[in-house]
Amino acid sequence: MTTTTTSAPARVFGSGIRRREDPRLLTGTARYTADFTLPGMLHAAILRSPHGHARIVSIDTSAAKAAPGVVAVFTGADVNSALQPIPCAWLLPNAGLKTTPYYVLAKDVVRYVGDAVAIVVAESPYQAHDAVDLIDVDYGALPSVVDPRAATEPGAPQLHPEAPGNQAFHWTVAGGDIDAAFSKAEVVVRERIIQQRLIPTAIEPRGAVAQFSPATGELTVWNTTQNPHIVRFIMSLVTGVPEDRLRVIAPEVGGGFGSKIPQIQGDFATVFCSMKLGRPVKWIETRTENYQSTTHGRDHVQDVELAATKDGKILGLRCTVWAGMGAYLSTAAPGIPTILHGLMLSGPYAVPAVKEDVYGVYTNTTPVEAYRGAGRPEATFMLERMIDLLADATRIDPVEVRRRNLLPAFNNGHNVVTGLTYDSGNYQGALDKALAHVGYDRLREEQAAARATGRYLGIGVVTYVEICGLGPSQVAGAIGFQGGLWESAIVRFHPSGKAHVFIGTSPHGQGEETTFAQIVADELGVAVNDVRVIHGDTENTPMGWGTYGSRTTAVGGAALAVATRKIKDKAKLLAAHLLEAAVEDIDYADGRFFVKGFPDKHKTIQDIALMANVAWNMPAGMEAGLEASSFYDPPNFTFPFGAHVAVVEVDPETGHVELKRYVACDDCGPQINPVIVEGQVHGGIVQGIGQALWEEAVYESNGQLLTGTLADYAIPRADLLSEIEVLSTVTPSPHHPLGVKGIGEAGTIASTSTVYNAVIDALEPFGVQSVRMPLTPERVWRAIADARKGA
Amino acid sequence: MYPVEFDYHRARTVRDAQQLLQQNPGAKLLAGGHSLVPLLKLRLAAPSAVVDIGRIPELRGIAQEGNAIRIGSLTTHAELAASTELKKSAAALAEAAAVVGDPAVRNRGTIGGNVAHADPASDLPAVLVALAATFVALGPNGERTIGADDFFTGIMTTALEDREILLAVRVPIAGAGQGSAYVKFSHPASRYAVVGAAARVTIGNGICTGARVALGGLLPHARRVPSVEQALVGGSADAARIAKAAAAVAADLGGDVTGDLYASAEYRAAVAPVYIKRAVAAAVARAGLA
Amino acid sequence: MKVSVTMSINGRAETREVEPRLLLVHFLRDAAGLTGTKIGCDTSQCGACTVLLDGVAVKSCTTLAAQADGCSVTTIEGLAQDGQLTALQEAFWARHGLQCGFCTPGMVFAAREILRTNPSPSVAQIRHGLEGNLCRCTGYQNIVRTVEAAAADPRVAQQIGGAR
Repeated sequence: MTTTTTSAPARVFGSGIRRREDPRLLTGTARYTADFTLPGMLHAAILRSPHGHARIVSIDTSAAKAAPGVVAVFTGADVNSALQPIPCAWLLPNAGLKTTPYYVLAKDVVRYVGDAVAIVVAESPYQAHDAVDLIDVDYGALPSVVDPRAATEPGAPQLHPEAPGNQAFHWTVAGGDIDAAFSKAEVVVRERIIQQRLIPTAIEPRGAVAQFSPATGELTVWNTTQNPHIVRFIMSLVTGVPEDRLRVIAPEVGGGFGSKIPQIQGDFATVFCSMKLGRPVKWIETRTENYQSTTHGRDHVQDVELAATKDGKILGLRCTVWAGMGAYLSTAAPGIPTILHGLMLSGPYAVPAVKEDVYGVYTNTTPVEAYRGAGRPEATFMLERMIDLLADATRIDPVEVRRRNLLPAFNNGHNVVTGLTYDSGNYQGALDKALAHVGYDRLREEQAAARATGRYLGIGVVTYVEICGLGPSQVAGAIGFQGGLWESAIVRFHPSGKAHVFIGTSPHGQGEETTFAQIVADELGVAVNDVRVIHGDTENTPMGWGTYGSRTTAVGGAALAVATRKIKDKAKLLAAHLLEAAVEDIDYADGRFFVKGFPDKHKTIQDIALMANVAWNMPAGMEAGLEASSFYDPPNFTFPFGAHVAVVEVDPETGHVELKRYVACDDCGPQINPVIVEGQVHGGIVQGIGQALWEEAVYESNGQLLTGTLADYAIPRADLLSEIEVLSTVTPSPHHPLGVKGIGEAGTIASTSTVYNAVIDALEPFGVQSVRMPLTPERVWRAIADARKGA
Repeated sequence: MYPVEFDYHRARTVRDAQQLLQQNPGAKLLAGGHSLVPLLKLRLAAPSAVVDIGRIPELRGIAQEGNAIRIGSLTTHAELAASTELKKSAAALAEAAAVVGDPAVRNRGTIGGNVAHADPASDLPAVLVALAATFVALGPNGERTIGADDFFTGIMTTALEDREILLAVRVPIAGAGQGSAYVKFSHPASRYAVVGAAARVTIGNGICTGARVALGGLLPHARRVPSVEQALVGGSADAARIAKAAAAVAADLGGDVTGDLYASAEYRAAVAPVYIKRAVAAAVARAGLA
Repeated sequence: MKVSVTMSINGRAETREVEPRLLLVHFLRDAAGLTGTKIGCDTSQCGACTVLLDGVAVKSCTTLAAQADGCSVTTIEGLAQDGQLTALQEAFWARHGLQCGFCTPGMVFAAREILRTNPSPSVAQIRHGLEGNLCRCTGYQNIVRTVEAAAADPRVAQQIGGAR
């Protein structure tokens, strides 16, 4: 039995305490990158390509340079001799990867609308933007291609001489005998799925404040980033400023969702200006710049085939994916539609054989990066869509098809066909709980009754498993990730018994200042408010790889648990010494180290902290201080899972979809703070619903981004949503010191396909089996109209 | 995000505003700013000067004036939406004002700025046409009144002339058996109307004796749909009859139905009857209550 | 040309000579140094810049500083007194109504505006009242719960009434 329900917590671990981040955020005293003003600071604005693809014939900056308040104008000619191109940091092996130079300011050719061409530095942002309008660029237009599949066809416009056919890579994953699976199949279902391009839309746009001191050669960068240590590493490579002279600060960061993983042109161009001018320079993008030049997500064309028996048993999954990469390879881009996608193809099911070909394709669009879920929503969607089609083809209830294929519960490792070893899972358990809560059978009855009166309810059910807690560094190296994926934590006790925790990850809304304090408090019995968690500044935190891929708690939390246990071990030794007992005779409970059987003979952690810091009476050979660090490299990934159910109603007259209910049952292992977990689930689910119903980055064939503002690109709003009911099961990860798995992306991974399946289910009486996302009223209405015509 | 430079003049009185317009050719009037400032920020408008009329007391207020409600052009959407007088006398207007933009926009945006801007996807124009409102404008040659059917003339164009200032909008008070309603299909991002249907009907003994129905959102400017009106008048106001009348809109939608990325012209035209049907049904229900 | 603009911000008079084109949000952030008010879009959609202008919620990115001349403005910095959160801010804290915090200053004023105009809103009315403020973290659910909780707290009505 691996699953239990959460019971009322008596410990601080598991308690939904209020976040300590909040008072500063609620009073406007928190400081985000745009909020920093330094003495003598200048303001930068960037001229961006208005063309999807063009040669730069000439640039005339004279009028801009003469404009009021303008201090300097730089173009690629100035920058590219001083800075290295922006590197891609996930060099996928065995995939024929073709990287191409991504210049900080375009050199000779622009390849997407938003490609940076020049940067103006002025005394005020108004003046900088005025001067941008005065730069005269003569472009020679070139043909564009924006669709990833079309870009691979003969005769398509070519982006890079280094990448013939616009192919950035071709990656495959295979397991089992796929040909046998299809040859013995009684049922084969096929579908072309478009995972439309999405724009992450963190409400805080990106930006940087750079301060270079010519006297010392030291560079400080305040940056809207999820991973300041990676920024320092890459910034050093690009600028040549040594890492020891380079300080990167992620102050308060207003959401990222993947779009603040990579370093982008504006970051480096801002740094260049500060280095060149010897003054602080601030650059904050506008929302339209954010949409044009900060990274996008998804953008897959997927051809999928599922082989099965007529009893609904899956035999094999075969697919080809064309993954749009945009005009250049962003930092982590190649790993997303491959490692984070293809390896999850079998999901929570017993799938005997898989085969996938993934083509990474250059197009004249904004570079694609991780976007919440990153590869896994695209895999889950594929599988969950095909299972519903299989249910339809076999006339078996979609829940029953899932039950027939779900893996049985396991608590210490299960090998799947793609080569991964899932850590633990109880997929049936989560599904049972979600269905019981929603009243699945009754819902089906309601649906039938509603249909009889001309109302179209739909029920979507999804079971999913995802991979997070990235991940073992040895694996990172093997799959071409140009960094490690361990995490770090330092725990330092002060003489008064208060503690500082310094971490290498960089939370930006996920609440680890609170949950990490809970970890320490729970392990050592200090008050949670006596533990302060410090992150985001490379100058005072240990190296770490950042906050993304639901890894902060899954890996960083493990590092912290290990460091805290080191403190405990030392404290025990010191307590034994002070209590004049053998260490084997010391027990620990509730913040007290005591002699077994004599609870009054004890030392508190505060007593120990004081003694360790004054060091008046230490055991022989023990160093002073009560501090421990850990660099934790996980032995495996973690695999959270769950089951989601959505109920929708479709208005057949207009095609409008109304969300009526949403029930999620997720399992991320033990929950440090269930209130924060629930918040992560809410946000994740709504982001995934955004893909199903509203969001799509649309490019014109000439490379114009038609959804370039928040007035065109619809992200979810409060009035368009319904209540989300959140449940959980608890299946600990066998390899994590705390058993926890990670919850940042789970909601997004499941919800797109859940809502999609619900809408298609609602349309079942019309015979509609497929509608392109997002499911706008027009698309739904048209699908109904087309089905009626066909009937 | 950063407007270009312009001069700024604040008018204290209408007369003051007239003079400032005369002294500053090319100047734009600024009321609440919720049509103009967005254009300035995107640098889609770059007037040499703006004349701020936002504090002229005589342009404020909702008051009964004979058989009509006179609404000062500086009246905000929030004030329209909250007006008990309007809810009673011109329900569709209060209803439409409550779905313009969002609460903060409604606190600043004004009826005058809204109709003078005449965005085709705006909510108020269709309602004002359906309600047979009149527009009171003051120009260099004095005051004149423009009927709703003549006021909106094209995409972001109205019958207002250069240097004319919109003083007020007059909306007839609903008579016995009269009801009005507005039903909107909002764009999920911009909140503007993809389709907006406004209806005012007069019902006597279960028979529709008068109807004004107007559409916004899918046309270059808000306008009436006479085929629907004709099909309604003289018939019973039951659901089947309303649906049949609404379907007649096809004859009123010429070749100028506009579409965009989100909703094509074909689709908007196809669902227009649904929104008309719902607006008329709601208006009929209200007529029954009146 | 420059115009002289005076406004009372959180009870303190601020006078500056500014370009007429200066947006109120830039006046608050750059001239008055109150960076709690945020900018999240160019098109008046996101609501991160929402402040109180003479007691009602407005989008400070869609208002010229010159238009606010002579007015009183309340920004997020002006709510808590002596480190004591208002009951509404506390409701956000208690209900986990924020994550990254960037939309929060605007959300607090949007929530306040809902309760100012309707002390006992339904869930649907709360959701409608939040339509002009975008949050990418919370899925809005805990913000809706926050407003529900605040509506049930008599101190909130008192504080909103008192500030009016």
